[in-house]
Amino acid sequence: MMEQATGGYRGVWRRLRRNPMGMIGLAMLVTAIGVALLAPWLSPYDPNAIIRVTILDIYQSPSPAHWLGTDDAGRDVLTNFLYGARVSLTVGFFASFIAVSIGGLLGLSAGFLGGRTEGVLMRFTDIMLVIPDLPLAVVIVALTKPSLTNIILVIGLLGWTGTARLVRAQTMSVKQRKFVLRARAVGAGNRYIMHRHIFPLVLPLMVVNTVLVISLAILNESTLSFLGLGDPATLSWGQMLNYAFTRGAMSAGAWWALIPPGFGIVWVVLACTLLGQGLEQALNPRLLTHHLAADRTLTSHRRLQPAPTSEGATPGNR
Amino acid sequence: MPHAILDRPPLLEVSHLDVDYVDPPHPPAAALRGITFTLQRGEALGIVGESGCGKSTLMLTLLRLLPAAGRIVAGSVRLDGVELLDLDARAMAALRWKRIAMIFQGAMNALNPVRTVGEQIAEAIRRHEDVTNRRALDRRVSELLDLVGIAASRREQYPFQYSGGMRQRAMIAMALACSPDIVIADEPTTALDVMIQAQILQLLADLRRQLQLSILLVTHDLGIVAELCDRVLVMYGGVMAEYADADTIYNGAAHPYTQALLQAFPDPTQPAQKLAAIPGAPPRLTDLPPGCRFTPRCPHVFARCHTAQPPLYAVTPAHQASCFRAETTSGGAHA
Amino acid sequence: MPEPLLRVRGVRKLFPIKAAGWRTHAQRVVHAVDDVNFDLGAGEALALVGESGCGKSTLALTLLGLEPLTAGSIRFEGQELAGAPPEVWRLARRHIQMIFQDPYESLNPLMTVGEIVAEPLQVHKLATATEERRRRIMAALDDAGLKPAQHFMRRFPHELSGGQRQRVAIAAALVLEPRLLVADEPVSMLDVSIRAEILNLLADLKVRRQIAVLFITHDLGTVSAIADRIAVMYLGRIVEIGAVNDVLTTPQHPYTQALLSVVPAPNPRLRRQHIILQGETPDPVNLPAGCRFHPRCPVAIARCHQVDPVLQAVGAGHAVACIRTTELRTNTL
Repeated sequence: MMEQATGGYRGVWRRLRRNPMGMIGLAMLVTAIGVALLAPWLSPYDPNAIIRVTILDIYQSPSPAHWLGTDDAGRDVLTNFLYGARVSLTVGFFASFIAVSIGGLLGLSAGFLGGRTEGVLMRFTDIMLVIPDLPLAVVIVALTKPSLTNIILVIGLLGWTGTARLVRAQTMSVKQRKFVLRARAVGAGNRYIMHRHIFPLVLPLMVVNTVLVISLAILNESTLSFLGLGDPATLSWGQMLNYAFTRGAMSAGAWWALIPPGFGIVWVVLACTLLGQGLEQALNPRLLTHHLAADRTLTSHRRLQPAPTSEGATPGNR
Repeated sequence: MPHAILDRPPLLEVSHLDVDYVDPPHPPAAALRGITFTLQRGEALGIVGESGCGKSTLMLTLLRLLPAAGRIVAGSVRLDGVELLDLDARAMAALRWKRIAMIFQGAMNALNPVRTVGEQIAEAIRRHEDVTNRRALDRRVSELLDLVGIAASRREQYPFQYSGGMRQRAMIAMALACSPDIVIADEPTTALDVMIQAQILQLLADLRRQLQLSILLVTHDLGIVAELCDRVLVMYGGVMAEYADADTIYNGAAHPYTQALLQAFPDPTQPAQKLAAIPGAPPRLTDLPPGCRFTPRCPHVFARCHTAQPPLYAVTPAHQASCFRAETTSGGAHA
Repeated sequence: MPEPLLRVRGVRKLFPIKAAGWRTHAQRVVHAVDDVNFDLGAGEALALVGESGCGKSTLALTLLGLEPLTAGSIRFEGQELAGAPPEVWRLARRHIQMIFQDPYESLNPLMTVGEIVAEPLQVHKLATATEERRRRIMAALDDAGLKPAQHFMRRFPHELSGGQRQRVAIAAALVLEPRLLVADEPVSMLDVSIRAEILNLLADLKVRRQIAVLFITHDLGTVSAIADRIAVMYLGRIVEIGAVNDVLTTPQHPYTQALLSVVPAPNPRLRRQHIILQGETPDPVNLPAGCRFHPRCPVAIARCHQVDPVLQAVGAGHAVACIRTTELRTNTL
């Protein structure tokens, strides 16, 4: 049934394909995921191998043996970078899954049920929204053991407020629409209306939102790791930056220890932003808004036509 | 031109206007063909047809505001003898709203919800005229509101505080901001109650008399045209179906489409009468039938109708219809 | 007298307005529907006419249980619905269906025509066998004039014209084989040429299927094609009710006369003398004393400011709420 309900979205992929920025974002994200998945085959070294380090191996500049040089422990930066993608993306996907699930559930319930439920839920959201995320995250991670799971949970549990507000607003606007009233007139109950009429129209927004939350989660993870609160057992991009900063890469002039993780973070965040915007445009605003609204945007952007000439007649159309 | 027997030169003269919509690689779609009419100062002309008959395209062509795909292929639009199709973009922009203004349908969407009605009218004046004196501007806004029957005290209110009828009045005030010669009213009363519709039509009739305003009333509703207009142009599938004075249209229509539109119109004074619906829908521009565009829905089709689009025949010098059945009564093709 | 299909007595719907400050003592109230009475027989069509804000749409929503009543009784097939438990409503909703004004807004853009028409069956768990359900959907589409039905099953609303969309809405209402159809401004968003088709379709369903129709509109011009009787509403009350012929040819209430006079005549020769009421329906919070219509009434006298008129019979099945009815009629005769 669900598959049929979203039948109206079959044009989304076609429209996304015609959106160059969205396609670039998608390609960039797919590349990042590919790198993360294929890390064991792409990496020139085994990240867990025990290596004997001499003083000369520390912050070695790029060479045929180490394309991106070595870090403070004499490990290959390229290998760290490729495996770091796994950690950063894992955090990004799981944390955003948690955030969007919580935010989506709260937003849908608040927007759909209204009344007192909405008041309580939205007050709670507002409180969570005004508490600054990062200091709170720092405190929580500092108090608990800084493990990957904890970081995912903290980022996910603190990052849902934006989603909740967005989903609530969309739910409320869909709820106002006449086809919901028509379903009620037919005799449909809350569960049916939610499942059949509200959720399918809120879903696209949640998809777009998820993509954007992924980039936020990756940034947050990098920040936490950079501040020294990362999981010491894994090496994310943020962790790489942290080590580079705290262990003298700057003074050693070892730019190769800093640029790859920074590049990785920017790459994924940019990919998500572009894809998010592309998806937003591709999810057919015409289907989601009123036809008159769609007409209006057309007329208000009407361009003046270039000097019309009567000589310019295309032959054969009279 | 037979209908130019009126002694004054017309204010607006549209002749043989052809407009295409291009969407490569498809062949261009014939949106308008051979549109020819005149508008006198102080006259109200009704442009009538169902959705998709080319009414909106015609309006946008007059204002030269066609979407990017629109191409004016041939014809002429003269305002006081000046060819509008030759004007450059700047000259056309200067003329728009100052000489030809427009009242849009759906006043709620056309007004900015976060600015007061007074501000929006003032802005319409400022954008087109060099008014720097704040007091003069204020006075003009008050005059305009008064003209359309809105109390000046309500100028500081926002559109949502206005009722539907009030918003439509505000839209009319905006259209009149620069004292235009011609106002194009696009379905000005759709979505309004009949009582409010009557008020708006009355207002337009008053303004027309008071300001010697020419009105192009674009609508699908022959009823409101009968209330306001002197002459009527019925459009079908991008061509003129019939063009005559209002009385002839309503009492001696020669084109089967006009006749069908009239029969579909409910008359409360004849309660028992069953309405005659027009089967089918107007043709898509990309998929025109061969021959007369009305053949698929016409009750009087004969062989010749499938061969060519009939030209405009002059039934009388001031009455034209593009139907082969009108040929016998006329002295020959007009266009 | 046998019980009519629908019997509406003393129906009242008040909306309390949230006070701006907590010190406000007097609770302010919107009188959306205020003491409305009428009967509707099987296969009969009643037009409920009035300007926006007169309460006609609120009344429709209360009949479908989408707005709870403040007071009064709604009996459908002898069963009291006011304050009835959900099971009773659930059963009643199988037989009372509604069509809304805006065919662009009242269909879910993500559902196919087939799914939209199947929805009522699905909600009421009827015709659960695939083949049976398909047959009923096709029959409903066919009845609504969407032919051939297969051609429309897999289409989405945005692929259809306004008239076709309204037919889809009608098909979705017909699929449960209702006995009462509440149509709220079903044609006001459509082109005049399409209106005739939809009105004829409703009139035809009324006769062939014996479906009672409550036709809600602001336009007296559209009622003659379908209605048997007309009820004119003003500020939550019925001010005139009677057979179509009586109300349209000899309207008695000044409000009905005004409404009728502004219906555009499809001919400049028949242009009527318009009685254009100034302003709009006043807000139903601060109701005028006396007759609610007196501030806009062209024939109001001093007594109208004090006396709140009740509906009084002026002919067979024709009743008017105006204290000057008899007096004005004898004057014009």
